[in-house]
Amino acid sequence: MSEPRSSALRLRQLVLTPTVGPVIALVLACLFFASQTGRFLTGSNLSLIFQQSSWVAVLALGQTLIILTAGIDLSCGSVMTLGSLLMVGLSTVNGVNPFVAMGIGFICTAGFGLLNGVLVTRLRLPPFIVTLGTLNIAFALSLIYTVETRVAVDELTFLGNTFKIGSTAIPFSTLAVLGLFLLMWVVLRETAFGRHIYALGSNSEAARLTGIRTGRLLIAVYALAGLIYGFAGLLLIARTGVGDPNAGQTANLDSITAVVLGGTSLFGGRGNVMSTLVGSLIVGVFRNGLQLMGIPSIYQVLITGILVILAVSVDQLSQRAKR
Amino acid sequence: MAAQSTAESRVPVLAAKGLHKQYGQIVALEDTDLEVYAGEVLAVIGDNGAGKSSLIKVLSGAVIPDKGQVFLNGRHVNFTSPSDARQAGIETVYQNLAVVPALSIVENLFLGREIRRRGVLGRVFGALDKKTMLRQTTAHMQDLKFRIPTVTQTVETLSGGQAQGVAVARSAAFASKVVIMDEPTAALGVKESGMVLDLIRKIRERGLPIILISHNMPHVFELADRIHIQRLGRRIAVIRPQDYSMSDAVAIMTGAKDIQPAG
Repeated sequence: MSEPRSSALRLRQLVLTPTVGPVIALVLACLFFASQTGRFLTGSNLSLIFQQSSWVAVLALGQTLIILTAGIDLSCGSVMTLGSLLMVGLSTVNGVNPFVAMGIGFICTAGFGLLNGVLVTRLRLPPFIVTLGTLNIAFALSLIYTVETRVAVDELTFLGNTFKIGSTAIPFSTLAVLGLFLLMWVVLRETAFGRHIYALGSNSEAARLTGIRTGRLLIAVYALAGLIYGFAGLLLIARTGVGDPNAGQTANLDSITAVVLGGTSLFGGRGNVMSTLVGSLIVGVFRNGLQLMGIPSIYQVLITGILVILAVSVDQLSQRAKR
Repeated sequence: MAAQSTAESRVPVLAAKGLHKQYGQIVALEDTDLEVYAGEVLAVIGDNGAGKSSLIKVLSGAVIPDKGQVFLNGRHVNFTSPSDARQAGIETVYQNLAVVPALSIVENLFLGREIRRRGVLGRVFGALDKKTMLRQTTAHMQDLKFRIPTVTQTVETLSGGQAQGVAVARSAAFASKVVIMDEPTAALGVKESGMVLDLIRKIRERGLPIILISHNMPHVFELADRIHIQRLGRRIAVIRPQDYSMSDAVAIMTGAKDIQPAG
């Protein structure tokens, strides 16, 4: 167990770390757009990209936790929407204190996560089917609750308030999102809870036999993801200023796109949340850059599709190489 | 029987009496006994469906028997989960299910019983003490003379024998009473098996009794002090390897040859 050999191995592991590829892709994309248009590489534009990407990034953060357990969550977008509608609706129509309304919204999204987790573990239903069901339930409840788009009270949009660094206005939401990603990164790396999530996703039976209560752990992961979706809802309110029942209809697929582009394996047990942030930013950079170049947005969809297939192919090939 | 007359004067570390387990119409275990004494390797052999797996699962807490009792150092114990058995000092190496590929050797060794940091960080937030775990793993692997380049590499980068070695080393690190191994050398090459067998000997040297389930007669005869033969859900004999040949053991196991019932 000589030191030089182990540090060489550590270097090799770092190079093979799934985050490195997406970071290179992100940097290359930024360099490309910077060379094409002078408006890309400005502080205000970069801040805008982050804001545009951040609520999907936060949904993708919750999605990452679930995908690490080898699950999938199709319900995240509609659950987020239902939560944000409750926050806005209760505080404007019913005169509920905005912070209480916010709490009720979070309870709702966490509750849906809990429901997903219980159905997946206790009834042993596949996550895909369970969350397809709760996707429709949350979507229907949203439209039953309201078909109106309501303007949110100021207390709910405080995350959109900005401060200045130089001449660039940065919203507090940017700090909050970075903080949340950092927190979850530390939790996954440095705590037993985080390590057990990886174990569960990589080999659930081995994890169970070492005494990890895998059922309880899985329920906790789904509930935590739900809570995070509530935060995404709050970000959406801050970004748009409204509660819109038709918002976030494709957000579930967008979040899975971000996770996959970040290099987290759909087979579970491999990946991390920082790569997901990078994955979300890749989508955001392409959308913004192509827009600045005056290229129709449908090409952004085309490119995202190609990138997703590339990312999943890399994952699949590296899985095969390991066997 | 000769092997038992000397053994019966001592208290077995782990004993089972009258175990019975039925799955619907299928009787997996019927009035089965088992004893394992300090410092010995007890091999359990039997044809497919003889009840080996059920027997091992009862002893490791993974299956609750319909009838029968388990004794640890003469005291009656009731295991309702694998963690119960583990807390009592019984470690099990499960066939094919032993390790988590995406985690490192250190992480696998401490999986489910990670060392937490001292103070609030560890107690409240479950923060891991990675340094201590790394140090203990390195020391433990050196102790067992288990050679691997580094303990921070993921298990999926190891060969099958090394990965199984990690599972065996983990059981040795945490077992205080008994180690149970279910087909530890199945699916391994000759050299790889040799490495695992060496590890098993090292564990026996420490005085820990081992229950070894195996189909591999040469390995059984090489390692075992006594051989428990299971047939059709019952223990039909306990033999010493020096008293019988491998073909005798197989004949007893398959019912081609009769022997006085044990116990």
